[in-house]
Amino acid sequence: MIIEALIGFTFLAALVVMLAPDEYAGKLAFALSLLPVVGSLYMWAGFDAGGNALMAGSIAYQTQLEWMSVAGYELQWFVGVDGISLPLVVLSTVLSSLAIVSAWTPIDTRQSQFYGLMLFMEANLLGVFTALDFFLWFVFWEAVLVPMYFLIGVWGGPRRKYAAIKFFVYTNIASLVMFIGFMALVFNLPVGSFGLPEITQALQAGELSGFVGLDPATLKLVAFVSMFAGFAVKVPVVPFHTWLPDAHVQAPTPVSVMLAGVLLKMGTYALLRFNFTMLPDVGTRPLVAAVIAAVAVISVIYGAMLALAQQDLKRIVAYSSVSSMGYVILGLVAYTGLGIGGATFQMVAHGLISGLMFMAVGVIYNVTHTRMVGDMSGMADRMPITTGILIAGAFGYMGLPLMAGFAAEYFIFQGAFASTVIPSAPLFTAASMFGIVIVAGYLLFAMQRTLFGEFRLDSDYEVHRAAFHDVAPLAVLLLCTIALGVAPDIFFDMITDAIEPVVAVVGGGA
Amino acid sequence: MDPVLLQADQLPEWTALAPALALGLTGLLLLVLDSIDPNDTRPALLAGVATVGSLAALGLAGWFLSAGTGQPSTNGAIVLYGDALVVDGMALFFQALFASVTALVVVASFDYLRQRAYQAEFYALVMFAATGMALMAAANSLAVAFVALELASLPSYALVAFLKRDSGSVEAGLKYFLIGALSSAVFAFGISLVYAATGSLLLPDVYEALSGDLSGLSGVAAVGILMVAGGFAFKTASVPFHFWAPEAYEGAPAPISGFLSSASKAAGFAVAFRVFVTGFPVDIGIDWVLLFQVLAVVTMTLGNFAAATQEEVKRMLAYSSIGHAGYALIGLAAFTGGAGGNVLGASMAHLLVYGFMNTGAFLFVALAEQWGIGRTFDDYAGLASKAPLASVAMTVFMFSLAGLPPFGGFFSKYFLFAGAVEAGFWWLAAVGAVNSALSLFYYSRVVKALWLDDATSEFELSGTPTALYAAVVFAAVATVLLLPGFPPVIETAQSAAAAILP
Repeated sequence: MIIEALIGFTFLAALVVMLAPDEYAGKLAFALSLLPVVGSLYMWAGFDAGGNALMAGSIAYQTQLEWMSVAGYELQWFVGVDGISLPLVVLSTVLSSLAIVSAWTPIDTRQSQFYGLMLFMEANLLGVFTALDFFLWFVFWEAVLVPMYFLIGVWGGPRRKYAAIKFFVYTNIASLVMFIGFMALVFNLPVGSFGLPEITQALQAGELSGFVGLDPATLKLVAFVSMFAGFAVKVPVVPFHTWLPDAHVQAPTPVSVMLAGVLLKMGTYALLRFNFTMLPDVGTRPLVAAVIAAVAVISVIYGAMLALAQQDLKRIVAYSSVSSMGYVILGLVAYTGLGIGGATFQMVAHGLISGLMFMAVGVIYNVTHTRMVGDMSGMADRMPITTGILIAGAFGYMGLPLMAGFAAEYFIFQGAFASTVIPSAPLFTAASMFGIVIVAGYLLFAMQRTLFGEFRLDSDYEVHRAAFHDVAPLAVLLLCTIALGVAPDIFFDMITDAIEPVVAVVGGGA
Repeated sequence: MDPVLLQADQLPEWTALAPALALGLTGLLLLVLDSIDPNDTRPALLAGVATVGSLAALGLAGWFLSAGTGQPSTNGAIVLYGDALVVDGMALFFQALFASVTALVVVASFDYLRQRAYQAEFYALVMFAATGMALMAAANSLAVAFVALELASLPSYALVAFLKRDSGSVEAGLKYFLIGALSSAVFAFGISLVYAATGSLLLPDVYEALSGDLSGLSGVAAVGILMVAGGFAFKTASVPFHFWAPEAYEGAPAPISGFLSSASKAAGFAVAFRVFVTGFPVDIGIDWVLLFQVLAVVTMTLGNFAAATQEEVKRMLAYSSIGHAGYALIGLAAFTGGAGGNVLGASMAHLLVYGFMNTGAFLFVALAEQWGIGRTFDDYAGLASKAPLASVAMTVFMFSLAGLPPFGGFFSKYFLFAGAVEAGFWWLAAVGAVNSALSLFYYSRVVKALWLDDATSEFELSGTPTALYAAVVFAAVATVLLLPGFPPVIETAQSAAAAILP
């Protein structure tokens, strides 16, 4: 029942905060958001499940109740976690709390609504990562869009309305495409349930029948492509990434943190669960794998190049997300233990590091009211602690050892290099590794120009040190990043455990 | 309490009509009250009586539904008055729908009518229209269907023209009346042709006669069926008989727009479902299923595209309600595919959810009219900062109409499209899904105006009309909870629909 309690409590907290007076809303929201953190850590401490939840593995904290039965299909309240979802649940709760703290300074209008929506989004994110019934999952998946729409549209920058609507329409149409792809599978399976484990097992038992002239193999391909397209928008993968910079740049800092830290992971999590776990025989077709790997490499390089071209610190971090998520896709399509494991690990690592980067840029913006690289220099003199953390975070992004990013990228490269699925895998891997060089390039370049040298600021604001509550979340994130980098086993063991069955289906190596 | 209390051997059979009777008697009672003291200035009494009456009808229908009255579990449909009326699960389901929309509308009208004359007449007309709708749902004979349809329509014409000092309202009423009269004539002529071919007006007899040998009259029957379909297309505001709808909905008092576009439309569907499914075999003279497939596709596409180009919220809602008629038509268009009960039931469930979300949306418009803040999207800008609760409700209606989870509209559309796919009409579902995705564009314009845009001018909202607020909020709660919260709703609808299949 702990998952229900977590989701229910967070919804309730959202409601309470929504009704609270503006002065207390931020503090109250933070206090209330600590309970989900404790709850998710408690889940982690008591986690004893093995295998993949979708492939007959045991599921922790499982609840399965009938919800309604319609037209021969049973909808269920079916939640639980395995080694893939638990790290993301922990990430969601921790990052939500920190994002709420980081909102204390920049958010100064309609606070109670803002924090209420943040908690509402957190509740739905928890639902996305724990739901094991497609219908339930889809409800949570779509319900994330609504608070995000308002969070960008009401509290965002000058072009917030455009960004909010673009985000909403893009991702909603993507959801529809994905939904239709998935339904094409369900309607042609003799399962009569939307439970993801049942569907996965039926698919792998070869129970799929054809549909209006499509044989099962083609139908699978169609469904795979349609789901991939839907999730690719969420991730986002080049060329479906154009909503992301708009949304990121216009969104207020805490919302960017959630967007990059957790929302993008919904896409990769869903790709892993739906495309790569349910339809491994499509994902491993040489042509499909080559196309996906190519898309991944293009995302890595192109995203990084775009970041290199930006003048706005926030845009730099935003585009770099496109690049980092490209690694995740490459790891997934590699179909090796290290590849998929590394990809899952990268979801968490990138969540922490991109959250850290966005927050740090936000802190600088709070103080200077500009994000343009050309407008400032020498910030290190005035904001030594923030600068230190930002540089540490940037090192994490570049993949310096003993940081979470290094571990994740190392696993991914190792896994992708050894992949038997991607044709000429070493080539793709080598190409994607150029991304690291560009990342180091744009981050060092931006740091160099904004943080070091003579102090100069082309803005009328008095620069002061950031408040304790602005810097504290940065420090927490940095500690988490280092902890995961030093001891990836914290999550990697349970991840490996959950992805082994997926890899075993394909017969890929470690 | 014994779950099958209301069975023939326990209560007289005519009591099965109690929901319809409750509505009709309330209408009469209102007239009596008005004639006792025509100058009575206590609108609360009139609104109270109307509310209690419609809630009583809702309660009775709900009780009968849960008791299994007229359903297969308890001896099947109750047939009354020489088989002219039938009370079964479907009739009761629709009566519950009409009663709940009526209750919402009369509660909301209390504030809307505050400064206006002829309040008793207003409520009485609403109750009579609702009575007509309740009888439409129970009609088992073409003659009753016609009379009930007229009983529902005539008060509606008057209600649309109720703001008699407003030229828009009067013009809308006139248009509605003229087109309504024309379509009634077409409908009546269609009935007479069917009668000529089959020699009966009772739906089961018509079905039997049409299935047998018509000795050269099958052409006559086909033309008759086509004309009957035209009559329903008018009542449900389906293309090509939809022209009146935007005018009428726009000109009418906003609560009446809600009433017409949800309850009255649902009544059209109720009688269309029964007449076509139980009265007209599919393979006789005319393939009316194909007809409805074409109508469904054209109606939803045209309604959605027209709605997307509107500048006024009320007109947008009017066109979007044409779009929704297209979705509901899928129930008839796909019912032959072997999943008839499921898809027809999903249509009914969609109409039920639609009853709440669409009425709610029009009630929000009524609220805005009450405040006098204009009708365009721009006029709604920044309203959320002044009226957050109502704006949340409106947001729920808009997202639900667009079919976003977790609202009721998502589930009902999903069941509808899934039913169509199951029946083999996957292209119908695809058109519906694409339309549904497009509709988000114009529904979200309202949400954008309410929450994201800054007010163009400073406005003061004149108070908080409690009853109107209550109705709006209640409709929002129902929209959120109706299907996801109460799985029996969809299950009841589907079993009721399955029971009427031949």
